[in-house]
Amino acid sequence: MSARLFAVWCPDWPVVAAVRDAGGDPVAPAAVFAANRVLACSERARRSGVRRGMRRREAQGRCPELVVREHDPARDARLFEPVAAAVESLAPGVEVVRPGLVAVPARGPAGYFGSERAAAERLVDAVAGAGVECQVGIADGLFAAALAARRGAVVDPGRSRQFLAPLRVEELDQPEGADRSGLVDLLRRLGIRALGEFAALSRGDVETRFGADAVLAHRAASGQELRPAGRRRPAPDLAVSQELDPPVERVDAAAFAARALAESLHSRLAERGLACVRLGVEACTDDGQQRHRTWRCAEPLTPSGTADRVRWQLDGWLAGAQRPGAGVRSLVLRPEEVVSAGGLQLDLVRSATGESDDRANRSFARVQGMLGPDAVLTGVLGGGRDVWEQVRFVRWGDERRPDGDPQQPWPGRVPPPSPTVVPEVPWPAEVLDVEGRPVVVGQRHRLSGEPCRVVVEGGRSREVVAWSGPWPVAERWWRDAGRVPDPRPRVAVRMQVVLAGAGSGAASGEAESGDPGETGQSGEDGADEVALLLVHEEGEWRIRGAYR
Amino acid sequence: MSARTSLAALDGVTTADGVALDAPSAAGAAGGAPAAGRVLPAREELAAVLPWPGLRRGSTVAVRGSVALLFALLARATADGSWAAAVGLPGLGVVAAAESGVEVSRLALVPHPGDQPQSVVAALLDGVDLVVVGGSWADSDARRLSARARHRGAVLLPLGSWPGADVELRCSGARWRGAGRGDGHLREREVTVRAEGRGAAARPRSCRLLLPGRGGAPTAAEQRPALRAVAG
Repeated sequence: MSARLFAVWCPDWPVVAAVRDAGGDPVAPAAVFAANRVLACSERARRSGVRRGMRRREAQGRCPELVVREHDPARDARLFEPVAAAVESLAPGVEVVRPGLVAVPARGPAGYFGSERAAAERLVDAVAGAGVECQVGIADGLFAAALAARRGAVVDPGRSRQFLAPLRVEELDQPEGADRSGLVDLLRRLGIRALGEFAALSRGDVETRFGADAVLAHRAASGQELRPAGRRRPAPDLAVSQELDPPVERVDAAAFAARALAESLHSRLAERGLACVRLGVEACTDDGQQRHRTWRCAEPLTPSGTADRVRWQLDGWLAGAQRPGAGVRSLVLRPEEVVSAGGLQLDLVRSATGESDDRANRSFARVQGMLGPDAVLTGVLGGGRDVWEQVRFVRWGDERRPDGDPQQPWPGRVPPPSPTVVPEVPWPAEVLDVEGRPVVVGQRHRLSGEPCRVVVEGGRSREVVAWSGPWPVAERWWRDAGRVPDPRPRVAVRMQVVLAGAGSGAASGEAESGDPGETGQSGEDGADEVALLLVHEEGEWRIRGAYR
Repeated sequence: MSARTSLAALDGVTTADGVALDAPSAAGAAGGAPAAGRVLPAREELAAVLPWPGLRRGSTVAVRGSVALLFALLARATADGSWAAAVGLPGLGVVAAAESGVEVSRLALVPHPGDQPQSVVAALLDGVDLVVVGGSWADSDARRLSARARHRGAVLLPLGSWPGADVELRCSGARWRGAGRGDGHLREREVTVRAEGRGAAARPRSCRLLLPGRGGAPTAAEQRPALRAVAG
């Protein structure tokens, strides 16, 4: 005897979710497509002749005003959460079968609200309160209950098999389960058209002829339980908190408390086999101010990582510009996103280096603690036409996500080798031709003369022994800078110059004094050739790279 | 100068330092820093100028005049899983670093170390294998940081002069190739790398390198055959 279940079914959920997410007209005909085929469509679209599995072009042919949306399982699940919560508010033990369908044991709510029908009405009302339409079905077993929900039916106890018997075998192929289209097709060709006929076959025969999945289908068709229900329970409260008495005003004292708190959070997470990838830090000060900040990390947090983040956060609050008027009275750490703890395990090969990785990360975290999280950066290589565009600096510990796609060809790149020094603020420079006139970039990106000398800020100049370019680049010229502010259109001309050793120049070596890498260099390096990357932008030459 | 260092200055004499290179356990057992004496890998091209088969942990290697040389020193070690940090060097060309073989995901940058850079460098020396420092330093700070690197088994790589350096690498005689008069592009730079230092490095060494070579990676400079006239 399988458990008696309510099934709460939201019709065409992928479409409903897609339209809600995009804020579109809920009654317009719409369809959600996966791999160019209709996955689900709205009632209006169905009336126009759109069917599941239809190609997009055909669907649009039948219903020209069709709103087309791409399938996004994450969106379906995210928007379904309020529905599950609404059901959960009336009946415990909610099991989300798939976004759009939840099952919940009938016994408790039926007893509490007086009858199954009364409970079902309450469920419909509760879900309607979340702004979603639904239908409820009651039957023994999940499969029967789901089919009952589609028909809005209540199947009497013990009658699931009889309810299912006249239904078509096509019903076995449900979106949440395995793909059973092959089995359904086979059964149809064998002359088995109804679920009752399939259920009448002996299970041994089904197993030997059609395999393990067919056994599940056979159980379903017979009105039996497919699998023990794995119930979704309200998320356990993983947050840990600590009262600080007396209130803490100094960062080091707060950090001490944070370390203990981080340990207790991690032991709590470890008990459940979870690890945290997004951590909320909340502090409440004695004068009632409340601060909250969420830290997201590319890798699951370790206890020391958690403690470090809490410390930075407190550092930012207590030592920053908006320092609260009173000390911190309580601290709460709230894991906002957890993953299974497998992500924290080092594999065998990496475990050899794991210890040194830990040490290095602790050092970086310590420097971040001293100078703030933005002080330790790491470069992520991305795509771009210029060296300063190809690198994105991210905080140490943040996700390493590049800006542009490095795999794209990026025509107009200056070929490697790239400059080893890319100044944060470009150094202004002057380029002179043979007669000492400034070289300007004219129409069609032509130079007005051959570059002969380069004068760097400070008046020191060197002779150009070789040069290459100019390489023009015009990016986003189709944009109207007034209307779309960022990213702006950009026209620039790049040029590489090799400057002679400073036998001739007045002062040598220290020409690029803006760069600390230069400090401590002796004048003897002045005999060397120096190569620079010059960029002509907005009417002036700037040094945007040096090859040293 | 101690007797040992003067010994090492002689050609063909190996000091105990050289023996200890491949015996990390000995240093650990002696109660020193656990990692002292071990060597981080470096590119083969640089083997000719380094007194050790790589970058010895605990040493201070000053690099003067070339960021490309610095990247070449970092390349093999970071690719093999060591961690590196660069302090006080805003505007380091990360693309060039990647081209010369540095694993940039293992290179942390602290471009602006604030008003107490020595404590930042000290914190990094505790956990990071290779620490690059830029800017000018007081002699006493420099010696203290070198001592800390020695104690912690990290490699300190100052860019610029450094009073307590074990080895000082210097680039000179740079000649660029590839650029013409408005044609071509910078392709490679031939430089002479010279090493001077104390102890095992007291004997001056030098080599010619392409730094960067084609595509950015350093390569050993080869004797190029002179141009020959070809019939037709």
